[in-house]
Amino acid sequence: MPAGRSRGLPANSPPAPGARVYRRKRRSWAGLIYVLPAVLLVLVFFVLPLCMTGWMSLHNWPLLGESRWIGLGNYIALWKDRGFWRALSFTAYYTVAATVGLLGVGMALALFVERPRPGVGFYRTAFFLPVVVGFASASLLWAWLANVDSGLFSPLMRMLGITESPYNLLATFTPAFWLVTGMVIWKMSGFYMVILMSGLQSVPTDFHEAARIDGATRTQRFLHITLPLIRKPIALALILSVTGSMLAFDQFYIILAGGPQNQTMTAVYWIFNQSFVSFRLGYGAALSVVLLAILLVLSVIQLRLLRDREDGR
Amino acid sequence: MTAPLTRQRPPRTRAIMLMQHAAGMLVALLFLAPLAWTVLATFKTKAESGEPPLPPWPVHGVSVENYFSIGQFGSGLSHYVGNSLFVAISTAILTILVSVLAGYGFSRFRFPMKAMLFVLILATLMVPFQSILTPLFLILAALNLQNTLTGLVLIYVTLQLPFSVFMMRNAFDAVPNEIAEAARIDGVKGLRMLVFVLGPLVLPGVVSVGLIAFLNAWNEFLAALVFLTDQDKYTLPVLMTAVRSGRFGAIDWGALQAGVTVMMIPCIVLFVALQRYYIRGLTAGAVK
Repeated sequence: MPAGRSRGLPANSPPAPGARVYRRKRRSWAGLIYVLPAVLLVLVFFVLPLCMTGWMSLHNWPLLGESRWIGLGNYIALWKDRGFWRALSFTAYYTVAATVGLLGVGMALALFVERPRPGVGFYRTAFFLPVVVGFASASLLWAWLANVDSGLFSPLMRMLGITESPYNLLATFTPAFWLVTGMVIWKMSGFYMVILMSGLQSVPTDFHEAARIDGATRTQRFLHITLPLIRKPIALALILSVTGSMLAFDQFYIILAGGPQNQTMTAVYWIFNQSFVSFRLGYGAALSVVLLAILLVLSVIQLRLLRDREDGR
Repeated sequence: MTAPLTRQRPPRTRAIMLMQHAAGMLVALLFLAPLAWTVLATFKTKAESGEPPLPPWPVHGVSVENYFSIGQFGSGLSHYVGNSLFVAISTAILTILVSVLAGYGFSRFRFPMKAMLFVLILATLMVPFQSILTPLFLILAALNLQNTLTGLVLIYVTLQLPFSVFMMRNAFDAVPNEIAEAARIDGVKGLRMLVFVLGPLVLPGVVSVGLIAFLNAWNEFLAALVFLTDQDKYTLPVLMTAVRSGRFGAIDWGALQAGVTVMMIPCIVLFVALQRYYIRGLTAGAVK
């Protein structure tokens, strides 16, 4: 992305000589006043709650009444909380399925719309449009398409001869799970298309020309030239997809309400239930700390894996 | 594909191109079909709305009944559209104000703890807000903002800050120093410099920041679900989810799809009109 690069990070570039004079004159508290509103918001609505999460996780903290220090009691309880671990392993399962789908479809779309061709603007807009629609809207929309009485999928499946009688996709785990995953891939792959496309466009065309003259096939060129060169956008897409999927809530809450039989309860859903349905705020905080730790570890691992390979070359 | 001779290419490429376009159109149709299906379904009569949507368009006459029947839920459609608009517009305006000021400060001034504060704001990205919902709930209560749209706006603005401050800092960095310097010699400084000299130059960044803040606030679901407990305060996504869960009696799918359409239209219109700013914001946020 030639245009994107110039917009990158000029943060540490040395300022022009004139700029230095300008900035030195301004060295004062004036700048602090400009950034103060942002800093205050971050302190009150981010740093403070983050610290409180840790503090609350060490307490028995009901919604009303006194909270009581119980040390690691919540963590011991969550260690034995089978519901939480089941939710977490379901979330991991969903994360793998969604990430493979999103990156796969996103890459296919990106390859299709990367270079100018007639109608490329239409294709890009069409593939991206579901991204701008909210998760709640998309979930409600698909809940309608999938409902057995007045939805689209059940009669469609009968028309295509897949089933003979009305089929409730939301009643059993496997179809329900793939319906939600399919919805997410429909809704989000345009987003990954854009990220991967900006990577693809930064690959110099001469590399491909050279390889083509040497007789490399299209697949060979993709595997050995394109992929290594766009490792960074892939890493970014991977981390965004894994983090986003591990935090999934809206679609499982709206379409399935965690069902059938609580089998699609995600980690955030479980925390939501503990905190805001059962009002065990301290316990919810402990669950949050664990989820947060897992996410940080996952991100570090992904960054490591992709960086190590880079060093190995 | 490996044909090195140009004279061999035209007929073959044309066939391949046609096939690619056929495939492309098919996939584009798959992406657009659910959206179109919903919008078309909302114009069916009440009786027809309960039937499977085949064909997708109204057969027994066009009707807007469904849009009237969303009005029967709770305090009426316009009330909830008002809530959602208030939240989304306030979030966009506040995000612009706060992030333009901060971007200006971080780009054009030197002050104590500057680097640390910048990192602090960006660090917000590392921690998903889903993990700090519980204490946020208590903080809003302590500020007497529980169950208010204002409290929700403040949280949305904070969530937008890392991306927006980063974007605006870069926008100010990209303005050549000579311009600011020339204005300063003319005696322009401080806020006037920001509004009249630099402001117009960073306008594209402002549009991106405001657009993305608006759309995120308009669409956000989990925080709105947790922090708004009064049915009167609901934003559209929370209201329509209550409809889907059957809180207002048997699910009226036609009305539900009308609600979904009302939620989707602003997103689609804004995106199509301001696509350039949206994608720029997205890639700028992604490059970090």
